[in-house]
Amino acid sequence: MARTGVIICHCGSNIASVVDVERVALAAGQMPGVTYAATNKYTCSISGQDMIKQAIAEHELDRLVIASCTPRMHETTFRKMLTKTSINPYMLEIANIREQCSWVHTDKEKATEKAIDLVHMAVAKVLKDQPLFTSSIPVHKKCLVVGGGIAGIQAALDVAEAGYEVTLVEREPSIGGKMVMLDKTFPTLDCSACISTPKMAEAGAHPNIRLMTSCEISAVTGYIGNFQVTIRQKPRYVNHDTCTGCGLCEEKCPTKVTNLFDQSLSKRKAIYKLFPQAVPAKPVIDSEHCTMLKSGKCGLCSKLCPLGCINFEDQEDFITETFGAIVLATGYDLIDWAKAYPEYGGGKYANVISGLQFERLVNASGPTEGHIQRPGDGAEPKTVVIVKCVGSRDPAKAKAYCSRACCMYAAKHAHQILEKIEGSKVYVFYIDVRTPGKGYEEFYDKTRADGAVYIRGRVSKIYEEGGKLICKGEDTLIGKQVAVEADMVVLETAMEPAHGSTETAATAGVSADKDGWLTEAHPKLRPVETQTAGVYLCGTAQGPKDIPDTVAQASAAAAKVLGLLAKDELETSPMISVVDAPKCSGCGFCEQVCPVKAISMVDVPSMYNGKRVTRTVAQVNSGLCSGCGACSAACRTGCIDLLGFTNKQILEEVDALWQE
Amino acid sequence: MARIDAENWEPKILAFCCNWCTYTGADLAGLNRMKYPDNIRIVRVPCSGRVNPQFILRGFQKGYDGVLVCGCHPGDCHYTSGNYFTRRRFLLMKRLLEYAGIETGRFQARWISGAEAAKFRDTVLKVTEEIRALGPNHRMKEADDHE
Repeated sequence: MARTGVIICHCGSNIASVVDVERVALAAGQMPGVTYAATNKYTCSISGQDMIKQAIAEHELDRLVIASCTPRMHETTFRKMLTKTSINPYMLEIANIREQCSWVHTDKEKATEKAIDLVHMAVAKVLKDQPLFTSSIPVHKKCLVVGGGIAGIQAALDVAEAGYEVTLVEREPSIGGKMVMLDKTFPTLDCSACISTPKMAEAGAHPNIRLMTSCEISAVTGYIGNFQVTIRQKPRYVNHDTCTGCGLCEEKCPTKVTNLFDQSLSKRKAIYKLFPQAVPAKPVIDSEHCTMLKSGKCGLCSKLCPLGCINFEDQEDFITETFGAIVLATGYDLIDWAKAYPEYGGGKYANVISGLQFERLVNASGPTEGHIQRPGDGAEPKTVVIVKCVGSRDPAKAKAYCSRACCMYAAKHAHQILEKIEGSKVYVFYIDVRTPGKGYEEFYDKTRADGAVYIRGRVSKIYEEGGKLICKGEDTLIGKQVAVEADMVVLETAMEPAHGSTETAATAGVSADKDGWLTEAHPKLRPVETQTAGVYLCGTAQGPKDIPDTVAQASAAAAKVLGLLAKDELETSPMISVVDAPKCSGCGFCEQVCPVKAISMVDVPSMYNGKRVTRTVAQVNSGLCSGCGACSAACRTGCIDLLGFTNKQILEEVDALWQE
Repeated sequence: MARIDAENWEPKILAFCCNWCTYTGADLAGLNRMKYPDNIRIVRVPCSGRVNPQFILRGFQKGYDGVLVCGCHPGDCHYTSGNYFTRRRFLLMKRLLEYAGIETGRFQARWISGAEAAKFRDTVLKVTEEIRALGPNHRMKEADDHE
């Protein structure tokens, strides 16, 4: 027979001024299974807790109901208290008679009746409570960072510096991401490569960091503290263990290929380093274009390599490793503006370029060694039009969101043109100018003072006439059509999630929003966590942002990782789903509704009509289950139940008021 | 709970509220000392997706005059997708109950966030009045429960 204790809290006068607590205690004393019922002025206080502990010992109570404030307030307090008594902390139910009774009702009689009902429901539930025990799972003290842009590099360095091992996976042949393509960074105008390449080198040389370039993650199983990740190593055809990066192969390779790192503004070889400062500083072979790999002819690099590093037989490889935490830093791409904006020429005018192409043009290590030259004829443009919000804030054609960094890099581009080309003119078409950041507004002001002309309005059409690009649009401030004759047009295009990033995230159990940006656990309070415990995100994978915000978020993600890796073991909530396997029909509904992939279908041996058979049943991973109970409501045979909120318990609560 | 007598009849409403949104919203209503009718009894569940249709049927069987299921707004579920299942499940449930002769309005589902204390109060006010207008639930109540 259950021996339930019921404590009715006065909460000073918060409850007692509306609810007749003595009457509630009297009624509670009459309820089946209740051994002891009493009131207390301040149950959560030390003396209140002592009084409960004493009652538990004196009356040999085996479960407890506390009628007080909301369980969201003090459930944890009282559970903690119970750990010091003979009662299991989960043999506790709280009746919410403050927030949901005394504070919202004025009729004392009716409020007291309701309080009695609520206590009755809690008693009915507590009678079906069973002791639950937290279990612990070991934490594998190793972190995986997916994406080797500035976000991934920063996160990897922070975790590695704290003394934990990090594997940094990058699908390109070098880390560096987008930042290393840029020339200068706003608003300080320090050279992007000068501040990012030392970080790349540091990551490449760090004893705690293992770089895995030309790699992608192909499968993730397991759960927080224990993720088994399969990494696909794409064939590089160059043995990086022996290669010294002398560059002879690249120099002599006869095949020229469009250089995507230079945004198609130059050519590279079929055996190539992604860019001069690449980390690792070793080449790979582009299998799509290498004539040896395509037709078996050439092999010049193989003949020339003094160390015999070239291996045309190289195959892809799969490596499986265990990690305690995963950071997704998969970054962004720019939208394909040519498709979305045929009115801007749709790519047919060589001198209409994207912002990232401009970055390469103005970059000292770019195709023109930093001289701003028109891609069409190499001439120096005297008049340049910059168009902002190409694809951003334009739901009809591309994206509804603001890409956040473009206003500032448009100002930077304007500044660079005015600075580098004497007598040049820059016109910036804009919808709004958004400069929220330290020193940002001042930078924009300076650009205008330098002579950049800002025209408020979208460009409606760009066409070529007499060797000039005519940009037509409306100046909405004066309400007139304008046309600017330009030598070159720079389109500041919208960011979008890097191609393949949503698929990569889905592999790790992380969802994305309608635009493909990865979803954080809470937009304000858990900005670098995801719904999958142990998986974190940072940088532009989560949404458009500039470099300072990206780096800050990367360090935040690293801090979260360190908080996890610093633990030897994780305590898991025992309020999770359990399967009554003999009743399970193996329909798999629960597996489909589980938001955290905690349920899998497994084959178990069974007997049927005296014969050995194999049955498929659901199995819950206690490390992954978040205790939502969706599986339980979906289960057709009622074999999955949620501990702490079992079907039986909820039905008892519903029935409680009619069980006299 | 007081027995039904025709003169002093008050509707009894059973509500299932998810821990993360509506239960929190109800708590906030209390914190702001908002007032609403005392006809409602709230059962706390982790997620509206936890609410088994059986719980609702049992509520009606036992004599509740109305049942309310409340959760986070679609898209805001603490567990990502639970309330989408709730939404689909209870669209069907509503039609089933109507088919079984239960008046429309006895069973309702609402999305109330943890910040929407006023919406919680207004919902309780409105639902209570709607169910009061429908009168006592006779149709599904177990025959032997009340004389």
